[in-house]
Amino acid sequence: MKRIAGMPESMSAVVTHYCPGCSHGVLHRIIAELIDELDLRGRTVGVASVGCSVLAYNYFETDFVQAPHGRAPAVATGVKRARPNLFVFTYQGDGDMAAIGTAEIIHAAARGERITAIMYNNSIYGMTGGQMSPTTLMGAVTATTPYGRSEENGRPYRMAELLAQMPGTAYVARTHVADVANIVKTKQAVRKAFEAQIRGLGFSMVEVLGNCPTNWGMTPAESNRYVLTEMLSYFPVGEFKDVTKEALAGVHA
Amino acid sequence: MRAIKLELDQDRCKGCELCTEACPREVLAMGSQIHALGYRAAVAIAPERCTGCRACALVCPEVVFTIYKTA
Ligand SMILES: Cc1ncc(C[n+]2csc(CCOP(=O)(O)OP(=O)(O)O)c2C)c(N)n1
Ligand code: SF4
Ligand code: SF4
Ligand code: SF4
Ligand SMILES: [Mg+2]
Repeated sequence: MKRIAGMPESMSAVVTHYCPGCSHGVLHRIIAELIDELDLRGRTVGVASVGCSVLAYNYFETDFVQAPHGRAPAVATGVKRARPNLFVFTYQGDGDMAAIGTAEIIHAAARGERITAIMYNNSIYGMTGGQMSPTTLMGAVTATTPYGRSEENGRPYRMAELLAQMPGTAYVARTHVADVANIVKTKQAVRKAFEAQIRGLGFSMVEVLGNCPTNWGMTPAESNRYVLTEMLSYFPVGEFKDVTKEALAGVHA
Repeated sequence: MRAIKLELDQDRCKGCELCTEACPREVLAMGSQIHALGYRAAVAIAPERCTGCRACALVCPEVVFTIYKTA
């Protein structure tokens, strides 16, 4: 019999600390499956960020570095420049990438570092108890916006679209993991991002919309419906930059 | 011989119920036992109905499911 689903080799068979129903686990599994399928395990260095995924190094059977809050793209730059044959990816939250780490991500993208940044956008600071992040939706009640996010807090911004404008980016997409079909699509997008790095085409990034049932005060199923309705209406899914097609056609060759 | 083998590593389950909602064939339900992690684990109540579509395995954040299929 052929195994068609199960624990990837690149994932550690430990129980994670994530809350029940949290999609961080789904995104971890997708990444680990791709590391297996692309045969990258022996030369992968992941860079964990600060946020609920701070302990990501416990969940992958690859080498890992844990970067200070927001600095994962800078640490990844150092690893990749020192050892260009390594496969290097960051795993960051929206608070990590879009708030404290804005400088690092924008310049890593602009410089075209040959790394892949994965952003788990749950529109909140999950780890610290549910404060507003730069991607929190207007009107959303959080620990720091008890009456809902309002104009005085500014409006949420769209990281994938922003990075797609950067000259050094090869592949930038936004997906979500709130239903079966889009979990499959997320894997396709992360595969393209990984392949862009492997082929040396430039910086790649996938923003993945996901839930935070605990801090949103919802059941896991309700939180996925929030992603499908509220989050998707502000953060469209799609590929915002894809030079891999041009490279295939020889344009960048 | 059945063409699908569905295995659940129930010790990993956190009782989120996403798999029971995702399964199109009503193969899965939540069990009544509380296990060591303190959750009620998902159980396969009608494995003979399973088509091996993998929906449960895709939505499960805890990699509880291993599925085998005859080629
Ligand atoms: C320099 C510094 N400032 C602030 C913090 C506190 N802090 C820890 S995690 C976090 C936000 C995490 O949010 P996000 O990146 O969205 O990850 P999530 O937990 O939602 O997955 C903050 C502000 C810190 N650890 N270090
Ligand atoms: S606090 Fe939110 S993001 Fe963090 S593990 Fe729990 S559900 Fe997931
Ligand atoms: S593989 Fe499909 S039919 Fe079988 S239990 Fe999982 S979701 Fe249900
Ligand atoms: S999706 Fe996974 S963790 Fe959630 S109830 Fe089903 S088996 Fe358990
Ligand atoms: Mg977050």
